[in-house]
Amino acid sequence: MKVRYTVPSLVLAAASVGVVFATSRADDAAKQLVPPAPVVPVKLDLPAKNFTETLPGTEVKFEMVYVPTGEYTMGSPDDEPGRDANEGPRRKVKVKAFWLGKCEVTWDEYYKFWNDEKLFMAGEVPEDLKKVLGPDAITKPTNTFVDELYDHGRDGHPAVCMSHHAAMMYCHWLRWKTKKGYRLPTEAEWEFACRAGHDGPYGFDKAEKLGDYAWYKENSATKDSTDPNSRRADDGEPTTHKVGTKKANKLGLHDMHGNVSEWCLDQYDPKFRESLPADKVILGAFNKPTDKKWSHVVRGGSWADLPTDPVNRLRSASRRVSDRTWMKNDPQVPRSIWWLTKLDVVGFRVCVPVEEYPELVGLKPMVEKKPD
Amino acid sequence: MSTTDRRDFLKTGAVAGAAAAAVSLIPTAVHAAGNDVIKVGLIGCGGRGSGAIHDSLEADKSTQLFAVADFFEDRAKGAVSNLQKKQADRVNVGERVFHGLNGYKQLLESGVDLVILATPPGFRPVHLEAAVKANKHIFCEKPVAVDGPGIKKCLELVEESKKNGKAVVAGTQRRHQAGYIETIKQIKDGAIGDIVSARCAWNNNGIWFNARNGSEADVAYQIRNWYHYLWLCGDHIVEQHVHNLDVINWVMGAHPVKAVALGGRGFGRKSGAPEEVGNIWDHFAVEFEYPNGVPLYSYCAHVPGIVSDVSETVYGSKGRSHVNRYSIGKKRVFEGTEINPYVQEHIDLIQSIKAGKPLNELQSVTESTMTAILGRTAAYSGQVVTWDQMLKSTNSTMPDGLTEQTALKVPPVPVPGKYKV
Repeated sequence: MKVRYTVPSLVLAAASVGVVFATSRADDAAKQLVPPAPVVPVKLDLPAKNFTETLPGTEVKFEMVYVPTGEYTMGSPDDEPGRDANEGPRRKVKVKAFWLGKCEVTWDEYYKFWNDEKLFMAGEVPEDLKKVLGPDAITKPTNTFVDELYDHGRDGHPAVCMSHHAAMMYCHWLRWKTKKGYRLPTEAEWEFACRAGHDGPYGFDKAEKLGDYAWYKENSATKDSTDPNSRRADDGEPTTHKVGTKKANKLGLHDMHGNVSEWCLDQYDPKFRESLPADKVILGAFNKPTDKKWSHVVRGGSWADLPTDPVNRLRSASRRVSDRTWMKNDPQVPRSIWWLTKLDVVGFRVCVPVEEYPELVGLKPMVEKKPD
Repeated sequence: MSTTDRRDFLKTGAVAGAAAAAVSLIPTAVHAAGNDVIKVGLIGCGGRGSGAIHDSLEADKSTQLFAVADFFEDRAKGAVSNLQKKQADRVNVGERVFHGLNGYKQLLESGVDLVILATPPGFRPVHLEAAVKANKHIFCEKPVAVDGPGIKKCLELVEESKKNGKAVVAGTQRRHQAGYIETIKQIKDGAIGDIVSARCAWNNNGIWFNARNGSEADVAYQIRNWYHYLWLCGDHIVEQHVHNLDVINWVMGAHPVKAVALGGRGFGRKSGAPEEVGNIWDHFAVEFEYPNGVPLYSYCAHVPGIVSDVSETVYGSKGRSHVNRYSIGKKRVFEGTEINPYVQEHIDLIQSIKAGKPLNELQSVTESTMTAILGRTAAYSGQVVTWDQMLKSTNSTMPDGLTEQTALKVPPVPVPGKYKV
């Protein structure tokens, strides 16, 4: 049966959410498709304090922590133990105020996006509708090839195996749902929030307190703070844990170190840090993401990392750069743009700037599925 | 043989039938010198096929993409042009781009040495038979069949392919994965004592579905949505869960003798006419029994929101092993890095060809496919079904007189208590 779609003109005006009913089968839920770029205010008019976000139409809530504007020195000094060369040269950076997820994005939150019946799955948008909407309607992730949990816990645990694109699209979906300018934190914002005023390796005073603040390889092989789905925890193997079960840093943020590594917004460019002026304070200091699948940076280390590793990924300044091998276990070509097959150490947290940097206004996920 | 002879031999080898039979006694170490080109033909240029040719090129520098075939002409051409962009020096396809239901026949006559069979599984027995008869080395995706008659054909081909001295490696890549190999070796060496039971699962959110392109013919529409049609896919227990069943068969060194099962379609699939939405189920729970009475509890489901679980566990008199996590009791027995198993299987295939000791996995992958079909049949019918009963099954799922323009009726979703074994 042929379906005709009519798109209300207000969609084309991108002024608000358009509704399209696709009823090619009587029982199909009507799909609501959104304009390619949900319009959100550049400045979020909320008091300068934490707020609770409730995903519209659901019971799922998460906390957003207010991070006031500030300056700091980004990167690590040459003599920091466990350091990697890409953490320098150090630069003075100013970040504008923003809200950052108190915890990493959990499966509870991510599933609301993944199972949003009002969205088409990528690749399932009917051809004639594609013509109307262009290629970048909000779509939900394809289903995983294997499994998204890899025997880690689910309820209250951080979402893992996230690709940068999947994290970007989740933020895009959040914008549409909440009318707030959600996106990934820039590296500069992330590190500022992680350091919470500490210039040393961690966002707290003494390195030996790492176990109070972080789930990492040495202390994560326990059933404490895991859900019953966690077969790894059952077996006493290192694994992810429920978010927010370790101590928060001074800003009130949990799990900045350990549990899962977290995506930052920036496109990774090995020369970028060096290109920033050394003699002044740089505002923002981010490198805008593009349509390229690689590379980006995850930060903060995970349940699988050790402080004694040659590169200690658990430190505030550590930058782990993504590459093709993160998808080596995907048997399909083109490979997924949504899932890092078997890379169960990568998740993310979300950010909302109080006032968006002009260069980032209207940002949207741009990666498309093609052979790489 | 001298190099020239080898080249001639390869040409001869490309001729099916009598000529192939005549040379089948010659040892197959035709690539022993290590610098000959292995001409690879790709049959099925979808996501997996495109992945498999990538893996083959990565596995060994002597492989070259020589010919492609796909039901859809644009798919076949697309696979070639994508590879040409990335690795032009490994692509030598010329005019050898075939399409339609019979494209595979032209490909097998085009002078290839090795074929990759990566179409939807419903076509596999026919393609396998043609490839074996054409005396080719074969990389064959799992599953190898979707019904009893297809299994019967594959079992007959085991002997024939061995007689040819040609390699047949299957896409059950766990058998080429270092961690699995080590864990199962330790289980077989008694690390968990006598095996008392096993459990395996493939439960997750489910699978893609492509909207119909305007007025495309049923056959094309169904092939583009092959996963959802029994005749093409065999249902998800056969297409996907076969991996986990294969691991347990490998551990047991045997296949089950009977199965009893429940399942249905209700949560994870579209509803509508079977022609439009397919006729497979979305959940199975099967109890298999091995010859020594050991039970295997097998679960597979495609249902959004359920807890995902892709795993194999073996319970022994002295402990248990989570085979998929390489653990015995609470200890990891393999911590090393692995070569990507999808590449490793091609490395093993090509090295075995070059060494003149061709691997042949057709028997084990056929048994694992049959295990899955046995479980599916027990569930569809709601009866206890034995292995021997399945071997005698004449219940074919392949539509009669298939052509590219066929308007294709699709049987209804199987109903337990009514479905005939």
